[in-house]
Amino acid sequence: MKEAASSPALVLSRVRPGRIVAWTLLFIGGVIMVTPLLFMLSTSLKDASQVYDLRVIPAAPTLDNYVEILGDGRFTRWFINSTIIAVIVTLSNVFFDSLVGYTLAKFQFRGRYIVFIAILSTLMIPTEMLVLPWYLMASQFGWIDSYWGIMFPGMMTAFGTFLMKQFFEGVPDDFLEAARIDGLNEFTIWWKIAMPLVTPALSALAIFTFLGNWTAFFWPLIVTTSAELYTLPVGLSSFAVEQSIQWEKIMTGASIATLPTLIIFLFLQRYIVRGVMLAGLKG
Amino acid sequence: MATIELDSLVKRYGQTTVVHGIDLAIQEGEFVVLVGPSGCGKSTTLRMIAGLEEISGGQILIDGRIVNELQPKDRNIAMVFQNYAIYPHVTVADNIAFGLYRSKLSKSEKRQRVEQAAETLGLSHLLERRPSALSGGQRQRVAIGRAMVRDPAAFLFDEPLSNLDAQLRTQMRIEIKRLHHRLGTTSVFVTHDQVEAMTMADRIVVMRDGRILQVGTPLDLYEKPVDVFTARFIGSPTMNLVPATLRDGRADLSSGGSVRVPPSSAKTPDILVGVRPQDLVPTQADSAGLTVSGPVAVVETLGSETLVHIETAGQTLIGSAPGRQIPQIGEHLTLHAPSERLYYFDKVTEKALAA
Ligand SMILES: Nc1ncnc2c1ncn2[C@@H]1O[C@H](COP(=O)(O)OP(=O)(O)O)[C@@H](O)[C@H]1O
Ligand SMILES: [Mg+2]
Repeated sequence: MKEAASSPALVLSRVRPGRIVAWTLLFIGGVIMVTPLLFMLSTSLKDASQVYDLRVIPAAPTLDNYVEILGDGRFTRWFINSTIIAVIVTLSNVFFDSLVGYTLAKFQFRGRYIVFIAILSTLMIPTEMLVLPWYLMASQFGWIDSYWGIMFPGMMTAFGTFLMKQFFEGVPDDFLEAARIDGLNEFTIWWKIAMPLVTPALSALAIFTFLGNWTAFFWPLIVTTSAELYTLPVGLSSFAVEQSIQWEKIMTGASIATLPTLIIFLFLQRYIVRGVMLAGLKG
Repeated sequence: MATIELDSLVKRYGQTTVVHGIDLAIQEGEFVVLVGPSGCGKSTTLRMIAGLEEISGGQILIDGRIVNELQPKDRNIAMVFQNYAIYPHVTVADNIAFGLYRSKLSKSEKRQRVEQAAETLGLSHLLERRPSALSGGQRQRVAIGRAMVRDPAAFLFDEPLSNLDAQLRTQMRIEIKRLHHRLGTTSVFVTHDQVEAMTMADRIVVMRDGRILQVGTPLDLYEKPVDVFTARFIGSPTMNLVPATLRDGRADLSSGGSVRVPPSSAKTPDILVGVRPQDLVPTQADSAGLTVSGPVAVVETLGSETLVHIETAGQTLIGSAPGRQIPQIGEHLTLHAPSERLYYFDKVTEKALAA
C-alpha cells in the first residue's frame, strides 16, 4: 500500500481538475493584484530619470526618495493627520455604532422601528450625493479646513450601526438579565457584558473603519484647503500637481502609506477574514 | 430567607393574557416547583417575581413587602437561567463574583465569599478557568455559585437542568436539593419535567394555560389529582383512563367488566376510571377492583419492572410486571388493580369526583 501511495502517477491522479482550475485563477488574480504594488515599490526606488523605464527591478536602486519624503515636514504632517483622523473616527464608530446598535437590538421602545429604518435608508444614498449637504453644513458651522470638518460625516455610520445591531441580537437576553439582577446598571451591562461578547464584530468594524478612513480621498480633498490639514492621500495627490508630476515621489509616499495597511493585514488577517465573512462583505 | 406571595397576578402581552390572575403563597425556606407543559406561563411567572417582566395586574410580595415597582436588583433575589448566563469572557471566579457586584464587602471579603461558594460546589480548582473550559455540569454550578454568594432572599431557577444530559441532570437535581437543605433559602424552581418536580419539590404547583390547577406535596398530587390533566401529568408512564358508565353505584367499563364506585358527586353517568401502570399488575383477581385482560402488544423492559401494553376493547392500557418477568408479545394477559388504587373523573369536566 505504501509503495502505491508514493507513486507519482497516483499522486497526480488525486489532484482533482477543479483544483487546478482554482489554483490557476487564484494565481492570475494574485498577479493582477500584486503587479501595481510591485510597480509602486519599484518606482519608489528609482530616480526621476528612470521613472519611464518600466523595468520592475530598477537599474540603479536608490533610497533618495524615501530620505527626501521622510525629511519633508509636510509628509510627516499628513501621515500624522491621517493617523489621528483614522484613529478617532474608528474609536468613535466602535463606541457609537455599537451603542446605538445595542439599543436597537435589545430595547423595546416606541419608534424603534422607524429609527432603524431611518438609519438603514441612509445606506442607500451614495457618498457623492451627501457631499454637498456635508459641505454646506461644514461651511455653515465653520468646520471647513479643520480636523472636525474631515471627521464629522464618518463619526457614526449606518453600516456600522446595522452590523452591530445584528450582532447584539445574537447576544442572549439571559446574559443581560442576569446582570440586571446582580445590579449592574444598563450602561455597565452594555460595556462590560455585551461588548466583550461581540468582539469579532467590533474588530471587523474597527478594521474596516480604519482602512476606509486611511484611504479616504474625496471628502478630505473637498473639505480641506490648507496643506497642513491634508490627509495622506490628499497630500500625495498634491505632489502630482506641483510643477510636473513627480511619480517617484508619489510612489514613495504611497509605499509608506501602504505600510500601516499592510501591517494591519499581516497581524489581523484572521480577524479580517472572519470580519469579511461575518459582515457578508466583498473583500 | 423570605416568603413570596403572588396575589391575583396577571400578565398580558398586548391582547393576549398569558397569566390569568394566579394566587400562591410560598413559605420561608420552602422549595416550590412550578411545573406544566411548555408555554403555560411558568417562566413568565418566575420572571415577574424576579422583576424582569412588568406585571399587568395583581401584586407580588417578598417578605410581606410589595415589590411590584422594584427593580430586579432591589428585590434581593438570585436567578439561575436555563443557559447558565455565565460570561465567556471572564474567569469562573469573576463570574461568581458578579453575584456580589453591589455588595459593599471589601475585596478580600468578596474573594473569600467566592472561594467559599466554589468550595461548596466543588469548583475550587477551576476558579481561574474560563467557562469555555468547563463541562455543562460545571457551568451550571458556576451559575449556582453566582446566585448563592450574595445570600439572597430567594433563589429562582428557570429550567436550569434542561441543557444537561440525563445522568448529569439526576446528579445536579440531588446537588441542588442538598444545597437547599444546607442553606434553607426559599426557592422557586421552574421545570416542564414532572420527575424533576416530584423529586425536588416540597410543594408542586401545576400550571396550565396561565392558570394554577393544583398545589400540593408531590404525594398529594400523585394520590389526589384534582383533574385529568394533573393525573396524567404526574407519574410516568401516564395514568390509564378507561371510559365508563355509572349505574347503581358501579361503573361499567368500556373495556368490559365493572367496578364498584364509592358514592360521589358525579353529575353525569359518563366518567373516566383512572389507574396508574404501577398499580395494574398481573395478580390473582379479586372481585373488588379493576380487572382487564387482552393480548400483549408491546413490552418495555426496564429491569426493575417490565411495562406491558395490552389491547383491550380498542384501547391500549399500560400495566407493569415484575422486572424479571417478561411476557411474550401476543400472549393473553390479565391485569388487576385493587379498588383503593383507582381514580374517578367526570368525563365532561375532567374534574376528579369528590368522594
Ligand atoms: N415577549 C412576549 N410576547 C408575547 N408573548 C409572549 C412573550 N413571552 C412569552 N410569551 C407567551 O407567553 C406564554 C407563556 O410563556 P412562558 O412563560 O415562557 O412559558 P413556559 O415557561 O411555561 O414554557 C407563551 O404562550 C408565550 O408564547
Ligand atoms: Mg420557560
